[in-house]
Amino acid sequence: MEPKTLFEKIWDSHVVSSIDSNTDIIYIDQHYIHEVTSPQAFEGLRKRNIKVFRPKQTLATADHNIPTQNQHLPIPDEISRGQVNTLDENCKEHGITYFGMQHPNNGIVHVIGPELGYTRPGMTIVCGDSHTSTHGAFGAIAFGIGTSEVEMVFASQCIPQVRPKTMRINLNGETPKGVTAKDIIMYIIAELSSGGATGYFVEYAGQVIEKLNMEERMTICNMSIEMGARGGLIAPDSVTFEYVENATKLSGFKISPKEREYWNTLKTDPGAVFDKEIGIDATKIHPMITYGTNPGMAIPVDGVIPNPPSSKKEKESFLKSLDYMGFKPGMKLLGQKIDYVFLGSCTNGRIEDFRAFASIIKGRKKASNVTAYIVPGSKNVEEQIYSEGLDRVFNEAGFEIRQPGCSACLAMNEDKIPAGKYAVSTSNRNFEGRQGPGARTLLASPLTAAACAITGEIVNPMQFFNN
Amino acid sequence: MAFRKFTYLESTCIPLPVENVDTDQIIPARFLNATTREGFGEKLFYDWRFLKNGTPNPDFILNNKAFSGSVLVVGTNFGCGSSREHAVWALTDYGFRVVISSFFADIFKNNALNNGLLPIVVSDDRLKVLLKGIMDNPRVYVKIDLEKQLLQVPSLEILETFEISPWKKECLLKGLDDVDYLLRLKDKIVQFEKQRAWL
Repeated sequence: MEPKTLFEKIWDSHVVSSIDSNTDIIYIDQHYIHEVTSPQAFEGLRKRNIKVFRPKQTLATADHNIPTQNQHLPIPDEISRGQVNTLDENCKEHGITYFGMQHPNNGIVHVIGPELGYTRPGMTIVCGDSHTSTHGAFGAIAFGIGTSEVEMVFASQCIPQVRPKTMRINLNGETPKGVTAKDIIMYIIAELSSGGATGYFVEYAGQVIEKLNMEERMTICNMSIEMGARGGLIAPDSVTFEYVENATKLSGFKISPKEREYWNTLKTDPGAVFDKEIGIDATKIHPMITYGTNPGMAIPVDGVIPNPPSSKKEKESFLKSLDYMGFKPGMKLLGQKIDYVFLGSCTNGRIEDFRAFASIIKGRKKASNVTAYIVPGSKNVEEQIYSEGLDRVFNEAGFEIRQPGCSACLAMNEDKIPAGKYAVSTSNRNFEGRQGPGARTLLASPLTAAACAITGEIVNPMQFFNN
Repeated sequence: MAFRKFTYLESTCIPLPVENVDTDQIIPARFLNATTREGFGEKLFYDWRFLKNGTPNPDFILNNKAFSGSVLVVGTNFGCGSSREHAVWALTDYGFRVVISSFFADIFKNNALNNGLLPIVVSDDRLKVLLKGIMDNPRVYVKIDLEKQLLQVPSLEILETFEISPWKKECLLKGLDDVDYLLRLKDKIVQFEKQRAWL
């Protein structure tokens, strides 16, 4: 038999039929939905007078624009409340499991899916949200879709998809101390640029990846979309299987022996050919931070903002970006005063991220000039924070823990960074206005964010390890 | 839902020589809380198009009366970022029918094709010529023939074919969407589900 990549194995086993040599009709095992990108798709079903075809394979949550305080009260913003209520009604009408704002399983869609065992190896998973790539950490083909495609999955549990090209990124060597999964993926994006993997589905491999826990693997796959990749995936192993077994206990799922058997086949065969292979020397990775307005504009936290590219058009875009950030080429970011810190999002809102943040702030105090949004990715993460006593560490350092949601990642709720202010953010995007109109976002790991929250300026988190 | 057919278009263009225009710029997140597809055109490029006090930004191209047309010509890697189809709805609601760039983000391209907005990819060099040509002369017009996959800009002596998947071309020409196609496959899908019974 021809050797196959992991991606090819999963894709091929989900082809229902083909439209042409490039486009297949792919069966979707798990469909996640949320309030922002689903209403128009439900409306489409209504106009066609049809129902959701496989409601049991659909899971809904409200996350993007729910408040992170007073969740026991109705959402104050009328338009946001209307959108969430619409999801509630649509789920009732179509018999879809819905973890609304007050449900104990509520949270960010890409946090709750894995934590409840809905995300499992070998699946095809879609959601009207680009960070669906997160679920690739389990050895699943997971990618974001638009609302028209949400409607297609509603109607048929399938979507036509152009088969992407495959890329493998091999990470070898040991990462230095203080380097986290976030730094690894930010380093890769900076190397490849924000469009560098467009058209590809990326498999991450190598000893660095094998050593990561599931939370870290999810951070890596989550940001695959930030280099244009259709998705990222990691071959499942014992770490994956153990995580999923534990997760299913939380939701009561049963994994059949057949499914377990299937999981063991999910790896790239020796000799399988990728359209592109890239090697990364992990020893060169430092704690990273962005200085511009796309996630590819990142440097080591103690590095220097590079000079503009030579071509006129690229130079203009580059300088426009630095102008927005209030930075200049050749500048160092170390010592730059900051105003806000955001810990949370589908990139870094999991329990491991809170543990990492706490490891630095323990016994220290938050800088007085820093406002912090500390936002768990789900109610279950929130509960863990309290049961592990991390809340005390946070409170003693002067931080207040908010309630779960997407929060200041995209500022659809009231958690916004004001214009001109600097925010060290553990989220995934530093686009202009992403965290509020005029907000200046610097993406970093939870460790870096914690170090900056303590000092009130950009610092290298490594200094907290050497003490 | 079914959209407006696309067959042939002649139009002047609006140039936007910016690279990596992400979907947060095309339509900022705070405008995504609507539950219908209509009305997003008013919010297109909102933070570039309007000053902080809400008045039109005279420096932004959409507010420059010299430029008009239903074709947007933009820098490379257009539509990167979020999966929000609202970005495409904003462009079509505003009146754009074609976007020309040297590179589109995957999800954006799919979203465009699913809404009757034609994304045309040209080479980086060609894009430079096109952007400069339009900025020098706002009356430059393009002819786009989808059936022949032909892009023509007579005044810049551009005549070339563009790529599009045969499937999406047919959908655009007929104004058909994929849901109808998928609904006709129901038996096959049910049959397929029996093979994956362990999940």
